[in-house]
Amino acid sequence: MTSTTLEYALEADGLVQHFARPGREPLHVLDGLDLRVREGEFAAVLGPSGSGKSTLLNILAGLDRPGSGAVRVGGSGSVAYMPQKDLLFPWRTVEDNAILGLEVAGVKKKAAREQVAPLFEEFGLAGFEHSYPAQLSGGMRQRAALLRTVAMNRPVLLLDEPFGALDALTRTQLHLWLAETRQRHGWTIVLVTHDIREAVILADSVHVLSPRPARVTHRLEIDLPLPRTADTFALPEFARLERELLVALGTLG
Amino acid sequence: MSGSRSTSISPRAGKVLRAAWPPLLLAAVLVVGWQLLAQDGIKNPQVLPSPTRVVSAGWDQRSTIWSEALPTLRETELGFALSFALSWLIAGAMDFSATVRRAVYPLLVTSQTVPVVALAPMFVVVFGFTLLPKVLLVALATFFPLTASLAEGFATADGEASRLLRSMGAGRWREFWTVRVPGALPFFFTGLRVSITYAIGGAIFAEYAGAERGLGLYLNQMQQVFRLDLVFATVIVVAALSVALFAATYLLERWLTPWRRFERSARTQGANAA
Ligand SMILES: Nc1ncnc2c1ncn2[C@@H]1O[C@H](COP(=O)(O)OP(=O)(O)OP(=O)(O)O)[C@@H](O)[C@H]1O
Ligand SMILES: [Mg+2]
Repeated sequence: MTSTTLEYALEADGLVQHFARPGREPLHVLDGLDLRVREGEFAAVLGPSGSGKSTLLNILAGLDRPGSGAVRVGGSGSVAYMPQKDLLFPWRTVEDNAILGLEVAGVKKKAAREQVAPLFEEFGLAGFEHSYPAQLSGGMRQRAALLRTVAMNRPVLLLDEPFGALDALTRTQLHLWLAETRQRHGWTIVLVTHDIREAVILADSVHVLSPRPARVTHRLEIDLPLPRTADTFALPEFARLERELLVALGTLG
Repeated sequence: MSGSRSTSISPRAGKVLRAAWPPLLLAAVLVVGWQLLAQDGIKNPQVLPSPTRVVSAGWDQRSTIWSEALPTLRETELGFALSFALSWLIAGAMDFSATVRRAVYPLLVTSQTVPVVALAPMFVVVFGFTLLPKVLLVALATFFPLTASLAEGFATADGEASRLLRSMGAGRWREFWTVRVPGALPFFFTGLRVSITYAIGGAIFAEYAGAERGLGLYLNQMQQVFRLDLVFATVIVVAALSVALFAATYLLERWLTPWRRFERSARTQGANAA
């Protein structure tokens, strides 16, 4: 296990996954899926609902073992995972939710709180540190869940449709916010989504999945200029990429 | 909010009032009926003392009743502490090990089918007129609802929250404390409310079977000298103490699960908006 010589921050080779179904043949979900993500790259994995995106992230996060294939993570070998459901703990305040990862890593509560304190401003949650999740709006909950993921201080972030449950307006706001924030931090991100606009506005590369059983059918470099802003949506290049992905997904002829 | 109710009481107090008046009214009707029956019907306090007689007799004997109540409360407290500790231990062990769960659960249920009536005299024979048989009986009477509700609370913990925690590198122990314990608290309080109503009754039952002090013994003695008025007065005291303990569980719950208030208020707000 030599991690220093790794060229990629995250590398998945030939992932295969089946799920047993009682009384029927197993459900074939992943079919030899390859994924390579460079250090500091924002990779979007684009696929229709039910294609196996969450299955893939569960494997990348080390929560499930693939039927076959391998995952390698560079650096310290650790990732921060944000599940599809926000899974904020209702009995913890926003602040105590945010320090969960640090606490698990053995950081004392007080030190952990000091460490995450500057993030609240940045995530638009200043003043809500001591609120319970039940007191937040949907968009705030998503940001809180993202904050918790980021606060773990891991080099690679795995995000499972982080904005899936939001209205279009809030979602676009959060896209622009994440585009700006992640550029500042230089995070390596794997984001799973079925939203083409989300993939194009945020990502450096888009990996298109086939319907189940999933493999990567297209890999598209998004060479839109950085920083991505509201103006990016108006670029002809943006429309071209969007259309190209629609074709790749098989939605257009 | 124009056109809404024009009460000066806070909504909470209003809610309490609305919840309280039907049982209060019913109780008042029953007490009046009892008074009329005792006073004009039966006319024999050794068969049925009237409420006024019960209250005045109880008031006369208040210091005796109170001094007998203290040992009973002490037994309740110790017995309940024992059953509290046992329930967390056993429910926790059941959560950590499926084998323990399979082994213990049938025994737990069986322990509930043992009639306390039969056990109380037996405990006295074995342990004498000491504190121990009372404490054990209180524990036995209360610990099943506590353990069962706690075990269920642990078991219904959100599996995905546990997975998230494991993805952060948490072990089983931390997962237990971070996800299962807080998630089980609402269940625990439900069990607590059920079991706390058995607690004082269990202590009194044990004293009834043999004791040197306590409300159970006092009840027994008053019955033997045909002081039914004092028997009733003691029963009322016991009921009042049980209700007070019951109410205390709500205070404790509010204090220990502060986040639930917001979940509730979020729901009421939704209901009001509709
Ligand atoms: N633990 C499991 N056991 C059995 N089947 C599963 C399991 N997890 C997922 N599946 C099945 O695998 C398929 C892919 O599920 P997955 O959650 O990965 O889809 P997804 O791409 O994330 O979809 P969505 O965009 O709707 O979240 C689905 O058909 C689902 O029913
Ligand atoms: Mg999914």
